[in-house]
Amino acid sequence: MDTDRLIRTLAADNAHRARPVGFALMLALLAAAPVSLLMFFTELGVRPDVMVAMRNPFFDLKFAVTLALAIAAIAVSLHLSRPEASLRGFGWLLLAPVGILAAAIGGEMMMPQRLPMMTRMVGKNSSTCLVAIPLMSLPLLAGALLGLRHGAPSRPAVAGAIAGLLSAGLAATLYASHCTDDSPLFVAAWYSIATALVTAIGALAGAKLLKY
Amino acid sequence: MRERDDEWTGLMRSAIAGDSAAYHRLLKAVTPVLRAAARRGLARAGQPVDQSEDIVQDILLAVHLKRHTWDVSAPFAPWLFAIARNKLIDALRRRGRRIFVDIDDFAETLPGETPAETASPSEVAAQLQTLPARQRDVLQAIAVDSASIRDTAAKFSMSEGAVRVALHRGLTSLMAKLRER
Repeated sequence: MDTDRLIRTLAADNAHRARPVGFALMLALLAAAPVSLLMFFTELGVRPDVMVAMRNPFFDLKFAVTLALAIAAIAVSLHLSRPEASLRGFGWLLLAPVGILAAAIGGEMMMPQRLPMMTRMVGKNSSTCLVAIPLMSLPLLAGALLGLRHGAPSRPAVAGAIAGLLSAGLAATLYASHCTDDSPLFVAAWYSIATALVTAIGALAGAKLLKY
Repeated sequence: MRERDDEWTGLMRSAIAGDSAAYHRLLKAVTPVLRAAARRGLARAGQPVDQSEDIVQDILLAVHLKRHTWDVSAPFAPWLFAIARNKLIDALRRRGRRIFVDIDDFAETLPGETPAETASPSEVAAQLQTLPARQRDVLQAIAVDSASIRDTAAKFSMSEGAVRVALHRGLTSLMAKLRER
């Protein structure tokens, strides 16, 4: 086929309108969310003392951190779905959850604590945390990658890594309502390891799936 | 250069608004620029420049299928050159070379430096044969026999909507096949 013919064919298809990437991402995440929710409610569930826990600011701060991560990653991944976009100027958004976490650690340091620092950091649920967050992330990661395939990222592995952050942020939001370790030190240690794992999986999968 | 970029942006806005003739003109206008850049990239990688047409077609398909990622309030040229650069790097990599492609290769194409199409491109044509029958028939009718959507619908006793769907699916699977090759 010569190029003139191809051009004519493409022009004939001009009426076709693709959905914006943000819409495709939202649909895919909504489709994936029930799977993660099912995993959460069958295996973990919300902690029984949640009503009391909500009065503890460090319990609430866990959600501020995980939701800030999810929202920042959604914004960055939509930005990166444009071929001419790079992380420059947008990557700093991903520092928002880190900043909130650092402030929370600082706040906790200034308060009198019953338990020593190491005990708070090691916590009681680290192994559950390391398994549950990555597992609940996987359906969301699959959904995010599927949605982002509508985009055209110039660096598919980077875009995949951000999709990993996004799904880890959402999964960690669920997990935070189950976990009884509320110290920001615990979050900084274990949530981060779980998130890094999902990010690596996202980068590997994205390198394949997000190439256009 | 500035004038050219503004013209492209205007044409693409009209195209997105539904003007197929403007879209056709835009694709015709960008093709020589893409071709010149593809030839330069191939030459620098020590590859025969007569393969440039495959790269040009690959870029055009990607431009078409990813045009919803262009922000209508932004200039068109940077978006176009980002896609072109990406596809050119891919093509050169597939041919076994890692090479740095400069964005200026696209931006700095001089007016008048518009080489004609060379050799008969084969990759799109070859992949066309591997598509499902319906998509292939529709694509061939429109591309090779220059039939309109309406004529194609009449020819295969399909609705115009079904022709449009087959056409779009055919183009989408063409790009997927070119990527996986």
